[in-house]
Amino acid sequence: MTDVTPIRTAAESAILSRFPQAKASLPGTPAVAALREQAFGSFVETGLPHRRVEKWKYTDLRAMMREAAPLAAAPAAADIAAAEALLAAAPAFDGVALTVVNGRFTPELSDLAALPPGVSVADLGEALGSGHPLVGERMGRAASADDAALALNAAFMTGGVIVTVADAVTVVSPLALRFVTVGDVGAATYPRALLQVGADASLTVIETHLGADGPAHQTNTVVEIFAGDRSSLNHVRVNAAGAATVDVSSLGVVLGAHASANTFNFVVNPAAARHQVFFRFAGEHSTGNISGAAMLKGRRHADSTLFVDHAVPHCTSRETFAHVLDGEATGVFQGMILVRPDAQKTDGKMMSRAVLLDDDAVMNNKPELEIYADDVVCGHGATVGALDEDLLFYLRARGLPKPEAEALMLAAFVGEALEAIAHDGVRETLEGMVDAWLKARA
Amino acid sequence: MPAVHETVEQVRAIDVDQYKYGFVTDVEMDLAPKGLNEDIVRMISAKKGEPSWMTDWRLDAFRRWQTMREPQWARVDYPPIDFNEIHYYAAPKKNNAPKSLDEVDPAILDAYKKLGIPLREQEMLAGVQNSRVAVDAVFDSVSVVTTFKEELSKAGVIFCSMSEALREHPELVRKYLGTVVPVTDNYYATLNCAVFTDGSFVYIPKGVRCPMELSTYFRINEKNTGQFERTLIIAEEGSYVSYLEGCTAPQRDENQLHAAVVELVALDDAEIKYSTVQNWYPGDAEGKGGIYNFVTKRGDCRGRNSKISWTQVETGSSITWKYPSCILRGDGSRGEFYSIAVSNGRQQVDSGTKMIHLGKNTTSRIIAKGISAGRSNSTYRGLVSAHRKATNARNFTNCDSLLIGNKCGAHTVPYIESKNASAVFEHEATTSKISEDQLFYCMQRGLSAEEATALIVNGFVKDVLQQLPMEFAVEAQKLISISLEGSVG
Repeated sequence: MTDVTPIRTAAESAILSRFPQAKASLPGTPAVAALREQAFGSFVETGLPHRRVEKWKYTDLRAMMREAAPLAAAPAAADIAAAEALLAAAPAFDGVALTVVNGRFTPELSDLAALPPGVSVADLGEALGSGHPLVGERMGRAASADDAALALNAAFMTGGVIVTVADAVTVVSPLALRFVTVGDVGAATYPRALLQVGADASLTVIETHLGADGPAHQTNTVVEIFAGDRSSLNHVRVNAAGAATVDVSSLGVVLGAHASANTFNFVVNPAAARHQVFFRFAGEHSTGNISGAAMLKGRRHADSTLFVDHAVPHCTSRETFAHVLDGEATGVFQGMILVRPDAQKTDGKMMSRAVLLDDDAVMNNKPELEIYADDVVCGHGATVGALDEDLLFYLRARGLPKPEAEALMLAAFVGEALEAIAHDGVRETLEGMVDAWLKARA
Repeated sequence: MPAVHETVEQVRAIDVDQYKYGFVTDVEMDLAPKGLNEDIVRMISAKKGEPSWMTDWRLDAFRRWQTMREPQWARVDYPPIDFNEIHYYAAPKKNNAPKSLDEVDPAILDAYKKLGIPLREQEMLAGVQNSRVAVDAVFDSVSVVTTFKEELSKAGVIFCSMSEALREHPELVRKYLGTVVPVTDNYYATLNCAVFTDGSFVYIPKGVRCPMELSTYFRINEKNTGQFERTLIIAEEGSYVSYLEGCTAPQRDENQLHAAVVELVALDDAEIKYSTVQNWYPGDAEGKGGIYNFVTKRGDCRGRNSKISWTQVETGSSITWKYPSCILRGDGSRGEFYSIAVSNGRQQVDSGTKMIHLGKNTTSRIIAKGISAGRSNSTYRGLVSAHRKATNARNFTNCDSLLIGNKCGAHTVPYIESKNASAVFEHEATTSKISEDQLFYCMQRGLSAEEATALIVNGFVKDVLQQLPMEFAVEAQKLISISLEGSVG
């Protein structure tokens, strides 16, 4: 390994010169401003992640972001109308709508009046400036790794939502948290969401990301969820950002005792997507399911990077991911289960499965375990291959044409992953998206 | 689930304070001055009477090495090594090209006897006929003796020290040296290129099945030295060779560096079986002393249907950093890696393999077991990759680890990269998935799922390790019986 002198790329230089100009207009109290400075300072040191940064080995942001798109401005009336049109055309998810356009909470497209009792919503952009207590207590505590994407969001965050669910409240209707990026030219957005689910409460959140296919947007989202003792959380993220978008998202979850949290990430459209999950068990006897599926064609790229921290004993975690890769698409799965020294009786398993449909498709797996306790059960598995020739033959022998036989097998392959979603309506909508993808392929 | 009692006892029996090979042999040594510079590199080359191209090759490597930085990515932690505090050459004084064993310093012969390695052919012949093994004994920087050379040469097999090979067969060495592990490969490999002193050279001609097992026994004896050995094995078309290396060192409070490079070349239909029983001094229970084992081992399946298999039993070294790998270049070639690593005390192991599938219909199998006890840390780090042209590549990986106590750590860092749709890679760490059929068969006959799993996994690995024919593979045999019940991925 010879010495490498870091050379700033055009995108890095642009980001570096942008912060000093932009910081005065970014919302926040002096404490928030200090946080921004600190985060920016760490970005100055690291720059954009590249393949020599182990956690970003397979997603070279430095290469993917040739230029840094300018910061998105606060949405004007025309932008809100454009966002509304995009939302109307996209697959619909039931629930109380909360919408963030270009990194700012947009009440016009949100259904605050329909919020169930016990649920309160605040505009994060305002909360940053008004010294909302959750900002000081919680922000940056769930997704707290030393990571360039997190640092960039913390430096440039413009707004988003804070959702609080009071103790012992069961929210029946899901919350539909919608992030939309609009504009004719590529823009950079840095939205953020902070969710606090009280003890004994339960919540379902459907997080969707939308954008038009043309402009090369760069989105960097951070969602942090704190779920209390005996709470139940279901989180589904649907990434249907525009086909030219480079989307980086970070999800941080801190889970209390005797609680359960499920999170599912579905990637279908953006040019490049990196979804990183930081999941920490803070209380004993809890269960976490982190799963996802990606269906990629063309030259798309999707990366799921997980960090599951078994900090306490008696917790169970499951990580299950499926990738369908066509054309020159690249799939990445990097899982990590950390079992700390006293986290006895941990039960952790991760599994990554991938189907390559084309000789130019690429799958990179890195299911990693780091274990410091001796009375645990941890397993990991990874498979990569083409569709099973024998099964395909069986179907074709029964008269199905090849494209149909393939579609049937792929639907079953992804369908197995979708079973992780508890909410029937959401799962059915995603099944519809899978069918649409398969139809477009055939 | 915690480790079963039996396993705990077995691992304790080979704990760091039980190290049996820690004695020092008093031999008068010829030492190079401490430190590393171009003069030392030239001196080593001159001592060995090397041709000038070899001296230049070493000097190029040395200059390159000076521009490199130590790799930091492995999960090992040690104070910086002062490369100028090491003697890069240490040879027994009385070892001036001995023509027969009678000329070898009796103290050295005694040392090998103590280690259970008889170097006198007649002593070995006393054993069972088919357990004969040809041995190359490397003591610090030089090879002291190679047995059965004549008998081997009748079959056309060349088995000698690297120094001798450079004198007797320079064309072969020049053709293959550095073609598997390039000079610039990594920090320690480049250092090795500059200062390697000895090692074994094996050449198996076309169509020859090597008539006996070959082995090299490495012994570090002198203090403040590093051992930099270089091994090169070439198996010509249709040949077969089984090679075994063993390593031990005296018990000392200082750390000693061992940076070896091993290159294997298998041509069409050739097969190389390379086994290692690594038992360098592991340091004491507090982590004082022990060998830093930074080794680059790589096999190149260059020919069609060639096969390379690595088997390793690792119990020694305070730090292990090694990844025996296979480049599966020839169509239909096969790579195998079987490993058992047991770490105790404060040992740190970062080891694994790379299977790089380049050719069509290439297959590989990885079975790695790690057992950590005491305050040790053990990491499996492996890469399986299929390149675009590796149509129908197949890999199966199974890595299990077991912890004994909660002061140690066991880690798994597998990289699985597939660039070919027809490649099928399976990686698993859950023992319950070995083979549903076998499992079902055993359970149908009354075994519990765990018993059946242990039987299948152990039976599988046993198959491989039982082929270690050596007297000094006793540890290996003991290790095989260690149950991995309670293992984690």
